[in-house]
Amino acid sequence: MSELTSLPKADWTPRIVAFFCNWCTYTAADLAGVSRLKYAPNVRVIRLMCSGRVDPQFVLDALRRGADGVLIGGCHPGDCHYVEGNYKMLRRFQLLHRMLRDMGVAEQRVRLEWISAAEGERVKFVINEMTAQIKALGPLNLPQKFENWDREVIELARHVRQQEEISGVTMPTPAEKEAVHV
Amino acid sequence: MSKPKVAFYWCASCGGCEETVVDLAEDILGVVEKVDIVLWPVAMDFKYKDVEAMADGSITATLLNGAIRSSEQEEMAVLLRRKSQYLIAYGSCAHLGGIPALANQFEREEILRFNYEDAPSVINEAKTRPQLVTEIDGHRPHLPELRHVVRSLDQVVDVDFYIPGCPPTPNLTKAAFNALLSGQLPPKGSVLAPDTALCDECPRKATKPVDVAFSEFKRPHQKLLEPEQCFLAQGVVCMGPATRSGCAAQCTCGNMPCTGCFGPTSRVRDQGAKILSSLCANIGAKTEAEINTVLQGIPDPVGTFYRYGMAKSLLRRRVDLTTT
Repeated sequence: MSELTSLPKADWTPRIVAFFCNWCTYTAADLAGVSRLKYAPNVRVIRLMCSGRVDPQFVLDALRRGADGVLIGGCHPGDCHYVEGNYKMLRRFQLLHRMLRDMGVAEQRVRLEWISAAEGERVKFVINEMTAQIKALGPLNLPQKFENWDREVIELARHVRQQEEISGVTMPTPAEKEAVHV
Repeated sequence: MSKPKVAFYWCASCGGCEETVVDLAEDILGVVEKVDIVLWPVAMDFKYKDVEAMADGSITATLLNGAIRSSEQEEMAVLLRRKSQYLIAYGSCAHLGGIPALANQFEREEILRFNYEDAPSVINEAKTRPQLVTEIDGHRPHLPELRHVVRSLDQVVDVDFYIPGCPPTPNLTKAAFNALLSGQLPPKGSVLAPDTALCDECPRKATKPVDVAFSEFKRPHQKLLEPEQCFLAQGVVCMGPATRSGCAAQCTCGNMPCTGCFGPTSRVRDQGAKILSSLCANIGAKTEAEINTVLQGIPDPVGTFYRYGMAKSLLRRRVDLTTT
């Protein structure tokens, strides 16, 4: 079965990494908690001082390490504690979103939301909606994909090792962990 | 004492890196004086079996250029790794995947179909494709297999050092040889070039605006480029801020923006994401529609930002592609 047709395990639910700004969205998530609002437990929140701190590398790294989606939350335009931070995020997001689409990442997997400190309900709604959307998309599971991609190389390594066993020479093990010939 | 042995090898590359070795000009005589070249397919006649016959670790250093995208290249990378004390990824392709790694945006089938059937210059009515094994007159010649994924050298075998560039400059190459021969080597895994951004050595640095507010992006062919002003101030995408220095700013001195061939500095993991971050943050517009109008000036972010670094980028490859 190819990696694309493989169905998610029955008990699979999405893993979403959320970057929330300290002043608005994180406080809103706090409010949602204090108000005892129930929402999907699929989000791992990372608090940053500002959505402008979200380096696009964070988003890619989260996906690379196995996140199925990334949610970024910041203050409404004009409300940024640091005046310009959320605009910076908005601009980065526009191109990052397009670039991710070109890299084959479905649009719904990465999302930017403006949620003020008073909008606990909105946190609940966005997280529930995003969880449902990603559930429908299925797992992204990049670590597994990388493993599948590299199988073609590991097979060669096995072949080389077999040849060496026949001839009695052994291959040194590479130290670099990124190398797939181990 | 016998001279240290050096090997040059090429994989998925254009030959430009080999050209740099030749570009050492008379300095190459100094190199040849101090080392024995034991393998250099582009310039000298050695057979693979000569390399196989060598003792493991008997080559002091192998400079390997080109990305790894076929089974033959993988085998040679493994073989040369075993025979060499130092394996050096030479040039952007071995270092980061290079131009060939842009193929990581496509399925292998699409690539083969275009090159053997659909390309306008191809006439191939029988739709013949290279076969791994063919039967000709009782002989069974083998061809290497094209892999689904293009890889940098360190994604296939362990690498000791990297010499960046498309191609690396003669000066960097000379410095690397001097370091090797004198034994004064930096820690394993180092890129043998300065660890600062290109802007640091760019003569246009003085005109780099402190506060840019891009109102449009222009590609080099859409604009008459000012010969001395920072490209960012002219609204032209320049990879300089996210790219390692060491090339003596050859492109910006030649009135062309940096395209990023030296890869990121050690503090950046993903060169494309970093330049995207920097360029976008400095757009002047504040509404989605206006921002997107400005961003229309960057029609192909993947090809622009990962021109040399797709294989080593965080995502490595278009994520919805298969290997079957």
